[in-house]
Amino acid sequence: MATFRRAGLVSVSLALLASSAHAEGRFGFGRAPSAEEIAGWNIDIDREGRKLPPGRGSVAQGKALFEAQCAGCHGAQGEGGIGDRLAGGQGSLATPKPVKTVGSFWPYAPTLYDYIYRAMPMNAPQSLKPDEVYALVAYVLNLNGLVRDDAVMDAGTLPAVKMPNRDGFVPDPRPDIR
Amino acid sequence: MRDEARPGATGPMARSRRQILAAGTALVGGSLAGRAVAAETGGTDTPPQGPPQVPRWMKEPGADVGSELYGQPSPYEKGVIRNVPKDGKQYTSAASRTPLQELDGIITPNGLFYERHHGGIPTIDPAGHRLMIHGLVERPLLLTMDELRRFPTESHIYFLECSGNPGFEAIRQGKTASDLVGLASCCEWTGVRLKTLLEEVGVKPEARWVVAEGADAAALTRSVPLDKCLDDALLVFSQNGERLRPQQGYPLRLLLPGFEGNMSVKWLRRLNVVAELAYSREETSKYTDSMPDGTARQFTFVMEAKSIITRPSGTQRIAKGFNEITGLAWSGRGRITGVEVSVDGGGSWQAARLQEPVLNRAFTRFRLPWTWDGQPTTILSRAIDETGYVQPSFADLTAIRGMKSFYHNNAIVPWRIAADGEVSNGYV
Repeated sequence: MATFRRAGLVSVSLALLASSAHAEGRFGFGRAPSAEEIAGWNIDIDREGRKLPPGRGSVAQGKALFEAQCAGCHGAQGEGGIGDRLAGGQGSLATPKPVKTVGSFWPYAPTLYDYIYRAMPMNAPQSLKPDEVYALVAYVLNLNGLVRDDAVMDAGTLPAVKMPNRDGFVPDPRPDIR
Repeated sequence: MRDEARPGATGPMARSRRQILAAGTALVGGSLAGRAVAAETGGTDTPPQGPPQVPRWMKEPGADVGSELYGQPSPYEKGVIRNVPKDGKQYTSAASRTPLQELDGIITPNGLFYERHHGGIPTIDPAGHRLMIHGLVERPLLLTMDELRRFPTESHIYFLECSGNPGFEAIRQGKTASDLVGLASCCEWTGVRLKTLLEEVGVKPEARWVVAEGADAAALTRSVPLDKCLDDALLVFSQNGERLRPQQGYPLRLLLPGFEGNMSVKWLRRLNVVAELAYSREETSKYTDSMPDGTARQFTFVMEAKSIITRPSGTQRIAKGFNEITGLAWSGRGRITGVEVSVDGGGSWQAARLQEPVLNRAFTRFRLPWTWDGQPTTILSRAIDETGYVQPSFADLTAIRGMKSFYHNNAIVPWRIAADGEVSNGYV
């Protein structure tokens, strides 16, 4: 009887604990980051460019930066080297030797800002200021004939650049081999 | 005295290897290691240490307890190392492969786990590492590693595989099993279910994807479907019982069982819960599969069933008579239910024995006893998973996908066996 009663108490208290933990729905470890902390890390730019930062850069500014910081790996005209080829290849995707570049393959222009800012140049990522990134984006798009020589890229103009291969992607149909 | 006692100071393997070659057979496995030691020691001959001699290593005490505070393989295994392609333009964003043909069982030793980094391997002080979860959540959260480790933990054995394993062109170039499919490894992983953390922060109804970001120089970013995050996704801090190796994401990585390796973001620092995916560079211009008509498949996450015979395999040599055929099979869709082996170039197939444990989304070891009659032939294996999917031939795969897709080549690998027992890539 005593054993029964003790067991009953234990189960009641366990049930209480469980329900209170469930009501809280949380363990409570860690802390809430401040708005400033989130802003410092929140660098992903979606295809619409909704989180593109303030700033602007021109093709001419980008050309100078590119020659100083990018051409060593990507070639003076974006023709590739140690780094990926960045320009040309439009119209090649359906041939036996597709040339996949920003101009021929990338579906969304704001992704270029995202990637250059987070990962380039390879020896000093996240060292470029927004104006510099916009300028490099403008230059790479210009190398591909996608913006004019006098173009200026910013949070308004970049998402408006229509990439030739925007509609070139299809969903995964696998399993496709029977 | 000590020098003499140290294994590798003399070269017994050199002698035995020569003897084996003289006899016209090289045993599969071990020969690489023998070569490495022989080269290092100048290949000096030593007398056999077998009976009736009492071996040298019985005539004096061996090395002291604790002489290696973190144990290393025998010096005679020095050839069992990661397979790094020699022709890389640079090695900051590159890959190395697991020497699958040198390993037994299903677990990949941590030091031999394959590598694919996009911005090098960062050296991260865990005390300075943080995981942030934000976006479409009720309560954004910032965690230290100590705080993360307080959540309930789980351990699971899962394979991880790079999606380009091998590229469609490369399947005709590789020599060894490692060259061909060495961008796959299998570990026991320990960590916290991502679901647990997402429940902790409270996901808003409009959320559909989670953008994961690494704390490496590439700040590598992939978007993961919320369904996967709420299913079996793990936030991992240990592999095979010890903390993650830097090459595998120390101190914290995402692990998405069965999905292409690139999505299991290493050195994980941030999870952004969103309604629409990031369309990052790694999920648009890379890790999409180009088709003959110029379109590219995207969201090709699952690694389909694959198998490889690891012994006998390319560059090994077998002798006439009994040979055990063994290898590995795995599927991103679940358990392996069968592996069929052909020893006559695909003319007929027989079921291999599956070694327990046969686990969900893990390497499964298969074996088939075989007596080679000494006639040239080709041996192949094909995996079947719990969905009924059968690993395809390269011809069937390329008939649909062409040769430009690069990623997700899970074709059968044939090993050609010549009259002298030499094993080579059947596609070459």
